[in-house]
Amino acid sequence: MILEAIILTVITAATPLVVAALGELVTERSGVLNLGVEGMMIMGAVGAFAVAQMTGNPYLGLLAGIAVGALFSLLFGFLTLTLVTNQVATGLALTILGLGASGMIGETWVGVPGIKLQAIYIPGLSDIPVIGPILFHQDIVFYLSIALLIGVNWFLFRSRTGLMLRAIGDNHGSAHALGIDVLRVRYLSVMFGGACAGLAGAQLSLVYTPQWVEDMSAGRGWIALALVVFSSWRPWRVLAGGYLFGAVTIGQLHTQALGVNVPSQFLSALPYAATVVVLVLISRNRRTTLINTPASLGKPFVPDR
Amino acid sequence: MRIELEKRPGGSRLFSFVSPLLALLLTVVCGGVMFALLGKDPVSALYSFFIEPLQEVWSLHELAIKAGPLILIAVGLSVCYRSNNWNIGAEGQFTMGAIAGSFLPIVFYEWHSPLILPLMLVMGMLGGALYAGIPALLKAHFNTNEILTSLMLVYIAQLFLDWLSRGMWRDPQGYNFPQSRNFVPEAILPEVLSSGRAHWGFVFAIVAAVLVWFMMRFTLKGFQITVLGQSERAGRFAGFSSRGMIWFSMLFSGALAGLAGISEVSGSINHLQPSISPGYGFTAIIVAFLGRLNPLGIIASGLVLALTYLGGEAVQLSLEVSDKVTRVFQGLLLFFVLSCDTLIHYRIRLVFDRLKGASDGAA
Amino acid sequence: MRKIALALAATAATLIGTAAIAQAADKAKICFIYVGSKTDGGYSEGHDRGRQELEKALGDKIETAYLEKVPEGPDAERAIERMARSGCSLVFTTSFGFMDATIKVAQKFPKVKFEHATGFKSAENVGTYNARFYEGRYIQGVIAAKMSKTGVAGYIASFPIPEVVMGINAFVLGAQSVNPDFKIKVVWANTWADPGKEADAAKALADQGVDILTQHTDTTAPMQVAAERGIHAFGQASDMIAAGPKTQLTAIVDTWGAYYIKRTQALLDGTWKSEQIWDGLKDGILTMAPYTNMPDDVKKLAEETEAKIKSGELHPFTGPVKKQDGSEWLKAGEKSDDGTLLGMNFYVAGVDDKLPQ
Repeated sequence: MILEAIILTVITAATPLVVAALGELVTERSGVLNLGVEGMMIMGAVGAFAVAQMTGNPYLGLLAGIAVGALFSLLFGFLTLTLVTNQVATGLALTILGLGASGMIGETWVGVPGIKLQAIYIPGLSDIPVIGPILFHQDIVFYLSIALLIGVNWFLFRSRTGLMLRAIGDNHGSAHALGIDVLRVRYLSVMFGGACAGLAGAQLSLVYTPQWVEDMSAGRGWIALALVVFSSWRPWRVLAGGYLFGAVTIGQLHTQALGVNVPSQFLSALPYAATVVVLVLISRNRRTTLINTPASLGKPFVPDR
Repeated sequence: MRIELEKRPGGSRLFSFVSPLLALLLTVVCGGVMFALLGKDPVSALYSFFIEPLQEVWSLHELAIKAGPLILIAVGLSVCYRSNNWNIGAEGQFTMGAIAGSFLPIVFYEWHSPLILPLMLVMGMLGGALYAGIPALLKAHFNTNEILTSLMLVYIAQLFLDWLSRGMWRDPQGYNFPQSRNFVPEAILPEVLSSGRAHWGFVFAIVAAVLVWFMMRFTLKGFQITVLGQSERAGRFAGFSSRGMIWFSMLFSGALAGLAGISEVSGSINHLQPSISPGYGFTAIIVAFLGRLNPLGIIASGLVLALTYLGGEAVQLSLEVSDKVTRVFQGLLLFFVLSCDTLIHYRIRLVFDRLKGASDGAA
Repeated sequence: MRKIALALAATAATLIGTAAIAQAADKAKICFIYVGSKTDGGYSEGHDRGRQELEKALGDKIETAYLEKVPEGPDAERAIERMARSGCSLVFTTSFGFMDATIKVAQKFPKVKFEHATGFKSAENVGTYNARFYEGRYIQGVIAAKMSKTGVAGYIASFPIPEVVMGINAFVLGAQSVNPDFKIKVVWANTWADPGKEADAAKALADQGVDILTQHTDTTAPMQVAAERGIHAFGQASDMIAAGPKTQLTAIVDTWGAYYIKRTQALLDGTWKSEQIWDGLKDGILTMAPYTNMPDDVKKLAEETEAKIKSGELHPFTGPVKKQDGSEWLKAGEKSDDGTLLGMNFYVAGVDDKLPQ
């Protein structure tokens, strides 16, 4: 069934975007803007690939991807949080460093066939027609992405720590005055963002296309960043945006394969244009947008002693 | 052990000079270690990287060619960022400027006239400004976040250029290869000096930087930008329109990016092709912040960043150091420059934790 | 402190200076400039393999140097000029986008020899070279038509340039020589290397019922998708058998090494002159990876086709051939001239796609 096949393709294409965007969403909710998602993602991809190759176990690779992403983001955290450097510039520098370093590390892995993280077969459920393969016969990263979505949503809006994190993002001065350790929370949220970007990278080199190619993230980190803005910092909209973007991307390829007479460049531009149009439509209500935008996003914070 | 920062009131004059040097020193040490680990002679590597490109006249010209668009775009962006408008789509505005400016020499390819070049430059600026006008319009009137819209428009502009140069504007004598006709000599931005390739684009960049520096420092517009950037509310009390500022800053930065685009195409490439920029619009964001959003600082940071590209090629050629090493080295340099700048505004002290309770109490 | 630094720099300068002169005296320096990374697994890696073969073959007489990931545009001109200035005697500029830059630099350095891949502008000291990849594509088409059950192949294309269009046409003509009703579906990925996007394109094509995939993009992602779906595929630029041991039928392998050795030898012998060279299978500039995962009769047919192309008995673009719009392109027995091929911007009949114009 072709629709089912298309949905499966869309899910694989959208999952890394959703995972990375959810991580960045938490980072930004705490008031830190990390533009280095692309760099953390590609480091996660190469780390995951290398460890999977060395151990022969893709699950260890997945863990390595998460760890590499989190560690790499610490570099950003140290500069922007401890040394209060400019977040925009530091994030961009992180991307440059990540693209370069991953290329260096990955040089020996080019052309080596990857180890694929297989879909998990659940007896009974996986065999249900149509929804079985879509919902119950997926790789672990897909399930993690859904768990992350539910978890992040619960954490931000239902938990005490999440409330604290949002308070910091809205006004770090008063959060500090209330006795919250702003830097500690921000360090953790930056690392969470890094871990998610690393996981997204691992999905690229272990699930999506099990191989290592230099620059294989190919701008997906930027799309993830755009998704956070698109979502107006609300987790469910990240999911919706990611799947919309994925659906338009895959849809245009199918349109081409059907031989429809439209220049391919216009079809390739569709996902970007669609994202803009939808964002314009949903951001017209100024008030809801303002409520959800972390007010101290990107602003430096130095605790007074 | 913790690191704590203590604010220096007014900032340190000494450190605004020392910090870049310190950063350079740290990069050199770190880079030397890295080259040594890769089995390359660190002294000759560093020499090739930082000094060789500055030794010859042709190479200085190349430095100007590379730095020109970076500075021009970054100067425009500094106005945006100072007024809190986050235009990250300069790459797209650069592309659209190049397209709009190339309209005349490609469509009216037999038109020889001294008028053509000024018209091209104006159209390039218009093209960039109008393209930046889209996120401006969406932000000012539909409340849409400009980070997302300006970024998405980059991809769209690149695909549009791709379509044009492979289709409608393809050179009919070019074996259907994806590039346009070469511009007539009148449509080519001339070289500044006869000793090398550097064209007037670099001069535009310097002039723009000085003008913007003057505007920020001595005019009411500059004051408006600063006030609205620091606090929208304060600006509104002073009677400044934040909507007006969105339009002004976005159109202004778009126009400069567009000018950079047409200067690059007219001065260096001489025709339109699918890839006209190695990411100038994105690199310029770093240049803007490295220059501390100060137009004169941007001139310096633009030159430094351009040098890293030239130096990277020099070490690749002389020592077979891979292109990735160059990028890592650039990343390191940026990190050190950014961290050392902290010293300007803060005193750094290491605090050795005494009793845990005591510090908790103090907080 | 400052004096020490200056002294260090000065020593270094003399050291490097003398070293460079010493080397230049013994060995000719052959330089390469790549648009991608030399480990991109595709096009640029193919050229770098050629460079390494050259070093192996003539390493006692020459040395090589390269610059990778050079963007097309003003950066290319600077990079090429740097090579000319650094003492290269022969510079291979390996991407189409370096054409104008090569010509400009060549004018400034009349003593240095240049060779530009896949372009059409030449000069006294600038030659051009290219490989007849379409010969390999024709063989692939023959195999595809034999192997396919659905009679439809999927073609993942990069950008609509003559080289790619020529490849599509050759593939279709090869297939039609076996099965006149054979069809292909084309998807333009608008990228040379983005594994994710290539995989998506491959999946889209497989979902629409093609059972043979071929690609004109660089990564092994389509091969992996084909392996997963249990269909067959052709490799591109390098032998991709590792990515699909049970999937790859054959691959067009870029083997520029033979050419680089030939031209460098000419330079050393003093017989180098500017030429427009378009070598094919017979010259070894491209080779077919082993024919695998196919029955013996198909393998035999493929080998025969290859032999006929090599001997000149078969030219893939031989009439009668109709264009997509039904008009006649080549009369029966007529062979296409090279000029038309190099600037190809039309499809032959049987392609189920509209060429981006």
